Amino acid sequence: MDARKLYEQLRKIHEPKGYYFNRDEARTMELIEALIVNKERYGYMACPCRLASGDRESDKDIICPCVYRAPDVAEFGSCYCNLYVSKEWNEGKIPRDYVPERRPPEKIVF
Amino acid sequence: MVNDKGTAPDPSDDKNIQVYSLSTCSHCKATKRLLAECTVQYDFVDVDLLEGDERKAIIEDIKKINPRCSFPTIIIGNKVIVGYKEKEIKEALGM
Repeated sequence: MDARKLYEQLRKIHEPKGYYFNRDEARTMELIEALIVNKERYGYMACPCRLASGDRESDKDIICPCVYRAPDVAEFGSCYCNLYVSKEWNEGKIPRDYVPERRPPEKIVF
Repeated sequence: MVNDKGTAPDPSDDKNIQVYSLSTCSHCKATKRLLAECTVQYDFVDVDLLEGDERKAIIEDIKKINPRCSFPTIIIGNKVIVGYKEKEIKEALGM
């Protein structure tokens, strides 16, 4: 799939929900391309910043957008990867702190 | 800043630098770029590209120093840094 096309598709779905792509376009496109790599590799768009097991059931909480996006954006203004962010984060109105891993370690299987 | 030898510190000064990374991770890529910009020698392993026993062995190594096994996990000398934390990385490099 074409990264630019996927970008536009995802943008249309997620912006109305209040999740914006990181304004750093180089970074965002790097992540979109990584999502395509994971889709080809695993059959689903596993989070590019987490180690996927390759088993869809085990990885279902980290299929992008992961289930941790909502609490991460609510608390830090950004998801773990800095792919989806709030408007305030993009506009530099809130500090851009490192987003710690929220996924419980027991969920991680390899 | 000068060290006790009266010379500028060499960031590569016999510090062993190891990066555990994912080939798809933006924070991992940013970490590698930062280390390259700092002109330090480092080793890295893209764990997502490993398979089988090699992958298991590396994951066990990472869990010993970062039980969450998140990426990047960076070792600089005897310091472990989890995540792309520019300030901490530079401090550990002595910059």
